Amino acid sequence: MPSASSQFNTDATRMVADLGHRQMVQQSLSGYQKTRSSNADRFQDWESARSRAATIKDEAIRHLDRYLVEFEEKLVARGAKVFWANDASEARAYILDLARAKQARVIVKSKTMVSEEIHLNEALEKAGFKVVESDLGEFIVQLRHEPPYHIVFPAMHLTRGQISDLFQQKLAAQPTSDPEALTMTARKALRQEYITADIGITGANFAVAETGMISITENEGNARLTSSLPNTHVVLLGIEKIVPRLADLALFLPMLATAGTGQQLTCYNSLVGGPRSAEEIDGPEEMHVVLLDNSRTRLLADAEQRDTLRCIRCGACLNVCPIFRNVGGHAYGTTYQGPIGSVITPHLRGLQSWQHLSQASSLCGACTETCPVKIDLHHHLLQNRRNAVAEKGSPFQQLGFRAFAFVVNRPRLFGFAIRIVKFLAPLQRLFNATPGDPVWPWTKSRELPSFARKSFRDLWKERTS
Amino acid sequence: MNARDSILARIREALRGGSDSHLPGHSVAEADLSRRSVAEADTAESEAKPVDGSTGVRRLLPKVPDDFAGQVALFAERSESLKTEFLRCADEAAASAQLKLLADREGWESIALPANSEIRTLLTNLSIPKLEVSRSTAKTDLEKVSAGITGCDALIAQTGSVLLTAKSGGGRALSVLPVHHVVIATSSQLLPDLPAAFELLERKYAPNFPTFMTFITGPSRTGDIERVLVLGAHGPRKLTVILVGGEGTASRAWNQPPVM
Repeated sequence: MPSASSQFNTDATRMVADLGHRQMVQQSLSGYQKTRSSNADRFQDWESARSRAATIKDEAIRHLDRYLVEFEEKLVARGAKVFWANDASEARAYILDLARAKQARVIVKSKTMVSEEIHLNEALEKAGFKVVESDLGEFIVQLRHEPPYHIVFPAMHLTRGQISDLFQQKLAAQPTSDPEALTMTARKALRQEYITADIGITGANFAVAETGMISITENEGNARLTSSLPNTHVVLLGIEKIVPRLADLALFLPMLATAGTGQQLTCYNSLVGGPRSAEEIDGPEEMHVVLLDNSRTRLLADAEQRDTLRCIRCGACLNVCPIFRNVGGHAYGTTYQGPIGSVITPHLRGLQSWQHLSQASSLCGACTETCPVKIDLHHHLLQNRRNAVAEKGSPFQQLGFRAFAFVVNRPRLFGFAIRIVKFLAPLQRLFNATPGDPVWPWTKSRELPSFARKSFRDLWKERTS
Repeated sequence: MNARDSILARIREALRGGSDSHLPGHSVAEADLSRRSVAEADTAESEAKPVDGSTGVRRLLPKVPDDFAGQVALFAERSESLKTEFLRCADEAAASAQLKLLADREGWESIALPANSEIRTLLTNLSIPKLEVSRSTAKTDLEKVSAGITGCDALIAQTGSVLLTAKSGGGRALSVLPVHHVVIATSSQLLPDLPAAFELLERKYAPNFPTFMTFITGPSRTGDIERVLVLGAHGPRKLTVILVGGEGTASRAWNQPPVM
């Protein structure tokens, strides 16, 4: 198997040349950009709202132990079960055991990126359970046996034609170019699943410590159905989802919607705080909440990048990222794509194997500027580069930089070197952009800028003499 | 050590860690790179203590008119852009007539409502089957009704949202399974903004919150296919909000949770 880094190079190279894909992404995101900025403008003070949101999340992170315990106590008091999982395999094992104990056949899921992170579907399917993704986009990529393309818009890369072909093939549907007809096909197919499912699995966008509730943000209603109809409701969430108080959601819900989808508020923002109580008429008999660490405490231990735990997974940094918009979501090869994925994946899955994502950046800072919780994303990309080299730099690279430092610290030598390179430059032109070119790694995809007739040093000398 | 204890121990250990990088010995680059995060963390620290409740958040969120008429107008405007049908009725008789009109227009064949709810007093002139949902109601039956009719806890002018709970909404499924959801609200339930909605929830229910509470903002929707808006993805394709009464009308019994 090729390394993640060489796979990324292959996939990214292929994708950037795919102009149809690029147009698709630009078009998909153009509506988002407009509504996002008009909704941010509706805020009386969007910038202060960002600072406030960052502050609240920081407070949660600084007292994470206390808030998690409070969250657990409140939930358990209302009859829910809370399971703590150190890593992916513990979380999977708990859910598998539960599914076996319940003799479940059908498990319906609403969108949860954490389940992608722990590869839950594969594990459940291997054990013989039927797993149905209910979010329309997730349903589509599940039918295609693909991972989600984008943490918020999983099927953003597909055209209605491709989806119609897929539904014809897998659901025996009539061909159509009408997104509404396609949506209704999925609605009909999924209705039956909700009603017969034994277990519903959802994620959570926020976990309220003060009241012991999870908050789920969605548009379709599939998370409401998933958390209402099956007899057992399983919630899978990372430990960083905590917010201290219920009232904090008055800020986070509209901010998540604005940054995530460009809406003022998404269609359903639901708080679930336990299985059905004695006086309630419906809802699951059991609620199991799985709190997952899976290297999040490693991020927490890195004081420099701890702020990434503020992330509310809105996807805004993906939407504005020139890299994401050109290489697309699948090239990353990660659960979390875009700038946030590039920053945290090295912590979750190993710095050396995943640091190449931090190199794939122009450091333009659009991500940092758009982030609703002010994560210092582009500086973190730079820190990952530094950390990767400090941990295990290539001797060749180190030698190169040492030689460079040696030369630039000696003005005469530097001037001499420049003159030689300038003298040799016409020779390079003969081989320009061919494999024989000494600067081929650069010129194979870019133009080499030509030397100015007079260097800055020359001009400076003329001015001062 | 079980997972709970080891996760909590790792968290405490991580938080004890200093404010520098986990990799020691990169003085120059490090100072430069971390300058910004540290500066921001400092401001965050100083701002962190006084989280001044809802008033602090209120001045950041979208502006809402102070007066009732302005708030109704904002709710109407939000409803329009969300494709929620928003209807106003002067009194209960008018609401009852409005529901009859809706039933005829939509060709309702049956409806569902919370059991023992005062909503039925508004439905006396509808001669179609009325399913009162209870513990024994089958999901398949609820799915087949033409509309689910519920009360609510509040309407929120700022966002055009309906706040309902398992208590006010006749459980979890009634407001999401039927293809058309009709909400009956009184004018006294109209709140200006989200902070007011959370204040209401705390005042009304804490610490015994219903296990399910939701902010409904328009009919169910998706944009997952080429970002084209389609209504009725999984939840109701239609949402109708009927606001009964004008400024100062007192809350009515059908807005209280039904007696069980």
